[in-house]
Order: sequence, then C-alpha cells, then structure tokens
Amino acid sequence: MKRAFLSTLLLGLVACGGSHKEPAATASSAATGTWTDSASLYPQPRHQERDVHTLDEALVNPKATPVAITNVTIMTAAGETIADGSIVMQGGSITALGKNISIPPSARVIDGKGRFVTPGIIDTHSHIGVYSAPGTAATADGNEAVAPTTPHARARYGYWAQDPQIPRARAGGVTTALILPGSANLIGGRGYTTIMRPGGVASDHSFPGAPATLKMACGENPKRVYGDKGGPQTRMGIYAAFRAAYQKAAEYNVAQKTYESAYALWNEKRESAGAAEAAPEPPPRDLGLDTLAAVLRGEVLVQVHCYRADDIRQLVEISDEYGFNIRSFHHAIEAYKVRDLLVEHDISISTWTEWWGFKMEAMDGIQENAALMTDAGGRAIIHSDSPVDIQHLNQEAAKGMYAGRAAGIPISEDQALRWITANAAWTLGIDSVTGTLEAGKRADVVLWSGHPFSVYSLADVVIQGGEIGYERSVGRLPTDFELGNSAGASR
Amino acid sequence: MKSTLSLTALLAGLLASLVAASIASSVASAQSLAITNATLRTEKSTEENVTVVIVNGKVTALGKGAKAPAGARVIDGTGKTLTAGLVAAGTRLGLVEINAVGYTNEGSFDDAKPVHAAFQVTDGYNPDSIVIDVARNGGITSTVSIPGGGLIGGQSAWMTMADASVLDNTVDESAALHVTLGRNASGVGDGSRGRALQTLRSLFDDAQHYGKNRSAYDRGQTRAYGAGHLDLQVLLSVLKGDMPMVVSVDRKSDIAAVLKLAKQYKIRIVLMGATEAWMLADELAAAKVPVMLNPKSNLPNSFDQIHVVDDAATRLVKAGVAVIISPLGDASSARTLRQLAGLSVAHGLTWEQAFAAITTTPAQVFGAKRGTLKPGEAADLVLWSGDPLELSSRSEFIVIGGVEQSMENHQTLLRKRYR
Repeated sequence: MKRAFLSTLLLGLVACGGSHKEPAATASSAATGTWTDSASLYPQPRHQERDVHTLDEALVNPKATPVAITNVTIMTAAGETIADGSIVMQGGSITALGKNISIPPSARVIDGKGRFVTPGIIDTHSHIGVYSAPGTAATADGNEAVAPTTPHARARYGYWAQDPQIPRARAGGVTTALILPGSANLIGGRGYTTIMRPGGVASDHSFPGAPATLKMACGENPKRVYGDKGGPQTRMGIYAAFRAAYQKAAEYNVAQKTYESAYALWNEKRESAGAAEAAPEPPPRDLGLDTLAAVLRGEVLVQVHCYRADDIRQLVEISDEYGFNIRSFHHAIEAYKVRDLLVEHDISISTWTEWWGFKMEAMDGIQENAALMTDAGGRAIIHSDSPVDIQHLNQEAAKGMYAGRAAGIPISEDQALRWITANAAWTLGIDSVTGTLEAGKRADVVLWSGHPFSVYSLADVVIQGGEIGYERSVGRLPTDFELGNSAGASR
Repeated sequence: MKSTLSLTALLAGLLASLVAASIASSVASAQSLAITNATLRTEKSTEENVTVVIVNGKVTALGKGAKAPAGARVIDGTGKTLTAGLVAAGTRLGLVEINAVGYTNEGSFDDAKPVHAAFQVTDGYNPDSIVIDVARNGGITSTVSIPGGGLIGGQSAWMTMADASVLDNTVDESAALHVTLGRNASGVGDGSRGRALQTLRSLFDDAQHYGKNRSAYDRGQTRAYGAGHLDLQVLLSVLKGDMPMVVSVDRKSDIAAVLKLAKQYKIRIVLMGATEAWMLADELAAAKVPVMLNPKSNLPNSFDQIHVVDDAATRLVKAGVAVIISPLGDASSARTLRQLAGLSVAHGLTWEQAFAAITTTPAQVFGAKRGTLKPGEAADLVLWSGDPLELSSRSEFIVIGGVEQSMENHQTLLRKRYR
C-alpha cells in the first residue's frame, strides 16, 4: 500500500521532467534564503549549518571606506560604455557612476588618467584553496576520490585561505570565484562561492548569500579514476550511476514528503484525540541525498564538467528525465556543436579560449566556442580551471572575442566582458548583486592600466565589496605562508 | 622566349594553387615571392614600407628599396606587420599528439633507467601532427622540441614547422642535451639532489675516460661505465662544447650547484624553467648562462619555486642574461608564445627585448641560422594583421623556408563545419 503510494508520487515527480523551463530569470529564485534542506525534519544541531545569509548582505560592507575613480572609461558589462566617467563606491556598493556625478568629499579619489574600469572578474571554475600552492599531498583537498558519488562533500571544508594563489588571482582582477571539487567523481560535492579577500579563514571567504552549487563530472576523468577501482569504467557505467543517484534522491524526497504528511496526520490526531500511538519515525537522514534532493527541488545550481557534445546532450536528457536544471556545462569543449540545445535549456557554458587537445574529449576545442554560443543567443563564460589562467581571464576573453570576429561572428567588447563578469555571476546565481557596474551593485571593481583586452594591460587597483584589495603600486599582500618564506610574494 | 615566360607564369599559377590547396611541397620553394609595403618589426627597430623578396627559399632582398622581381608572386603588405617567424624553444611539438593518450607521447621517460643521452627526438618526431598546424597559426615557424623526463632525457632538435618531411624540417637534430635536476631528478636521484649531481659527475668522468680510451673500450679493456658508448659519445660532445646542456631546474641552490658543475667540466649550459634564477642574475650573466622561462609561471608550485616573481625575465635581461621565452614543454598551447612575450612586456621588458626572446635569442643560444629576416638566410616569416604580441592581431600569411604554409587546421575546419 505504502509502496504504491510512493511510486505514484515518484511517477509524478519524474513526469515533471517535461515541464523543464525554469532556470528562472535570475539569481535568487534558486537561491538564497529559500534553501530548505531536510535538517528541519531532524533533531537540530546546536548551530544550524545551513547558510542563513542573504544576497543583500553582499551589498553592505562596514569596512569599506568611500572610494571614487575619476577620469576613466567605464566598461559596465551591462551594455554601456561610459567614456570620461567616474564611479563612486560607498559602504560596499556602487552608489553612482557616469559622466557628471558628484564625488563625496570623504572619498579617496583615484585619478583614472584615461585608464579603464570593469566589474571585478568572476571565475566560475577554480580549485584555488583546495589544490593549493605549493602542491603537497597534505594540501590536496579537492577530490574526495574514495567513491564516484560524494554529494556530501563540500569544497569549503577543503579550502585553505592562505593559499598563495589567492593574492595572485586577486591581482589579476578576480573578485569572486566558484571553488569546485575536482572532476574525479561523478558527483563531487558542493562548490564554494568565494570572495578573493585577503587573509582570514575559509569561512571568511564565503560570498554572502550565494546559492548552493553542486559539481558533477562526466567523461574521461571519472573513467580514469574509477576504471580500476570498481567502476564506473565506461560512459555506460557513468550514466547508470547518475541515474541511480538521482533515482535515490527522488525516492528520498518522496520518503520525506510521505513522512511529513504522516507526521501531520499523527499530529492532527494527537491534537484532536490526545496522543496515543507513537509518532512516526522520520526516514534516516543522508547528508549526500540532502543535496541531491535539493537539486531536484531546484534549490541548487548544478555545474557539470563535460567536454563532448554526446556527454552534454546525454546529461541534458538525464536532467530532463529527473526534472532538474543544469546551470552550466564546464569546459564544454564541444558546446558549439549543440549550442541550440543549450540555449533552449538556458544552460550556460564555462569554457576556455586556448585549451584543447590535451585529451581525447578535448580534441575538438576551438577558439570560437564562446563566440558561437553567444551568437546563438546563449550565455558563455570564459573560466580558468587554472591558478595561472585565472590571472589573465581578461586576455582569454579578448582572444575569444578576436577569434570570433575573425570568423565573422560579431562580438562586442561588452559581450566579451560579460563572459568573465555578468554571465559568470548568473552562473553562480549572484547576478542580482554583482557582475556589472551599475548603481546599487556590489563594489567589485577593477581599474586596469590600459584596455583590459590588451596583452600589455595589468590590473592597477582591485576593489572588493568597496575595499581596496590590491594596488599594483603597493604590491600583493603576502599570505601567512609566504611571510619570510618567499622573496617574490608581493611582486 | 615569350612562350617560356608564359609557361613560367602558368607554372607559377599552378604552383600557387597547389600551395593554396595545402599540398605544399619542396618544388614550391622554387617560386619567387615578394611581400611589399609592410611594416617590418625586428628585435632592433621598426621600419615602414618594407619589401621582402624571397627566391629559392631564401631572403634575397629586404628593405625600402627592395623590388619584387619580374614574375614573382606579390603579396600586398600594406597596413600589415612583417616579422621573422617565431621560435618556440622548449616545446613538445611533434612529440605529443594527445597528452593523455600515452602512445602518442614520444620520449617522455619515467622509467628507472635515468640516462637517455643518445636519444634523439627526431627519431620519433611527427611532422604531420595536427598540433603543429595549430601552433603554426600562432606565427611559430620553428620549434626546439625537447625530450621529457629522465635524469638525462636526450637531445632536442631544432625543427621548422613547415608542412614537410622530418628530413626537410630538421635544422639541427642535436640542438641540446637535456638534463633534469632538483626535485624532478628521476631514477638515480633516490630523493636526493646531491645524488643526482653525483651521478652526472660520474657520467662525465666516464665520458672523459671513454674519450681517451676508445680502442681499449672496443677491446673490452676499460673499467665499467655508467652508460653505453652511444650515451658517452653524446656526453663527450657536450664536454667538447659541440652542444649546450639544457638543465631543467628551479631552486636557487640547485642552480648554484649546476653553475659549479658547469664550471668544473667547462660545459655550456642553458637553464630551463629556472624559477629562482633571477636571484642569481649577476652570476648567470657573468657565466654567460642563458635562461629559458615562461613569464606566465608565477606560482610557487613547489618548494623549489617559492621565490617566484612575475618579472623574472625583466630582472634577468637587465642584469645582462640572455632570456628565451618558452612555453616550457607544452605542445597544444604553444601558440600562446606571442602572448607570453606580450605579458613580459607588461612586466617590464621592452617590446624589442621580448621579441628577441622568441626569435634571435633562441637562434643564438642553439646556434641555428633562423629567427631573423636577413638577405641570404632562410625565409621564415609571418605577415600579421598588427602588432604580433597583441591579442587583437592574427597571423595572416606564413612562409617557412620560402614556402607559403596552409592556414587551415583541425580547428579552422571544425569551425567552418559548425559555423
């Protein structure tokens, strides 16, 4: 009887896969504040582990002092470029920008001297902090490669806030990154959306109120890691394992719903007739299934490492089957081959301009991938997946733009800038507060020495939530690790 | 006479279309070619309205006054920038097709046998690699392709990137001998840098001994050597100064140890990677030791690289060290070479210094008559849409050994198919 009830519910759930049109306008629907994990069903830990912050908190920073950059070209990534403009930041957010705006007397004024200002760069794919420098087994905290599915793992617990790669990324103009578990596992765990702030501990680097993310991976890497460790050994095994995981999650959701109604019924009975029978037992809590069940409820932004067009299409099919949304395909080397499908499903791609050919599934990488995706009406992101390239994402975007133009695909500077700012913010569900230069947005701002798409330009000033996080004239702030240990830490 | 002329013209046209169809071959080098009215940029100067003339694979005239010979194919270089072809020194081009597919990797040794001195990458070099086609579009006309791994990995080769046979591409099959020290010293290292150096010294002693006792060796009357005769012969030619020894090493103390070894055996060395070389810049300049480095590598990736800086190239060049900018072993992204040079300009090199680091300096260090545009020398050149180091520029016309190269490759064809 109970079984029948369960499967009816399940059928209903699976059928939801058809009506799959919800990657929702922007950020917050999937997101913040609405995160309802199953913790509420269970005896509470003393402190709730769930993130109780909201995105609005990202707009306020008591440590920020007023800053204005004057006499600059402002590339907003919101469709507009303002020549000879100024931008004012106060209390953590942008309070004004434009040609003729008043500068508050209390503001530190940086004369832009004809230089360029862009939003802070956002990398949707980094392993900084979880694979730190110098590389040691002791600090390799990015792949929980003990089982192919580890949805219970979280990148934030592997993140080392003193990684010397962090100040270098910041000096490259990066103000936010999604730190992901590696791609050894099919389901590697939750990502960690960070602000590239100096010092502190891992939890201090959290982007306030950023939605939960989940890293998944298909293709060669899990095959390589698990082929000799009990599987999956083939793509056949990989997809079977994906479906098994989401099947379990669907059943877990149902079991919890069933319990909730049984509990309500019991409670109603108790109130009307006085308690007689014992309260129903909740189903056993599973921390990994908590995350996967939340994925099925649309509360998690799913980030899938996927190269080949076959894999991309098949993952979309599985997400349709189980009724969840994929937010971004990462690497997505062959996305250009299935770009219409991605546009139709409102799935972004996080890709490279330069990387190709290093493994079979990367053979067909082309420099115009992001341009073709953009041309098709989709969202493209240039990501790094590299502690070196994260420092030059502006240049990688530039190369993608110029490659597109040479192939006759008209990509504007604003569009290319969105590849490393606004589109990345959307992919992380934080686009309502950052990723563009607009009044009211978080003050994540970079002043470049020249045009950001020139090889000769460097970030001169990087402002994070209204705080100056890097100034080239001052140098990088060494991490604790580098103090007395590295002659080059600050330069 | 007249009929001969038109026949020549016909032939030239035919040849041109053959080349265009990317069936370029050595016969095409017989054609004469001129690029007119371009901006010539070199490691020394910038000159406007320059014409370059190429006959039989060589530059025959270069300058404002140069004239295209009658019958030559003429390319209008107006508004374009002309440079020597770039040299990617220290890549795995032609040796690695797909990094993750083991058998497409040539000469990457991770076996217990640490000495591969006699190994020449030319024996397994694949000029038909699609990776070469892609790199060439980055304006690269030569590679110094290197072996990987081992204490002594073997000999690198200076190869042109022409669509031709290995034989035709080979400029120098023994460009340098490659040695890895420091944390990556394999095999005999046993986790000890000192032990790896000791093994090297022992091998050089053996080579010296072998050099003086060859006939005794052939009679089986010498003491046992740490390597076979082919390996010892190569070590001997390093000792004689016939080829430099490129040492992959990062830590300052290891570099100092290498300098000591080089002095002891009077070996001409080149440092590769050399993260902390900037700390010994004056010593390296005094010892005339060149450094190959990647300006993008600014991370303390290991404890051997803790003192990494962003502007090592600038510091070294200022001290008088010859610097080669290199992708350091990469193949698939070797085309970023010009971006690496541009980045080093952002960090303080002049444009000319950075350009020398990807053209004339590698040619000087490895003794190849390449990397420069000069009458009488092989015509390796690139016509760019603008500044070759800038991201907005593209290579538009590439000539290697006087032969136009196809701009088509795996990626351009994929793009066309899916555009």
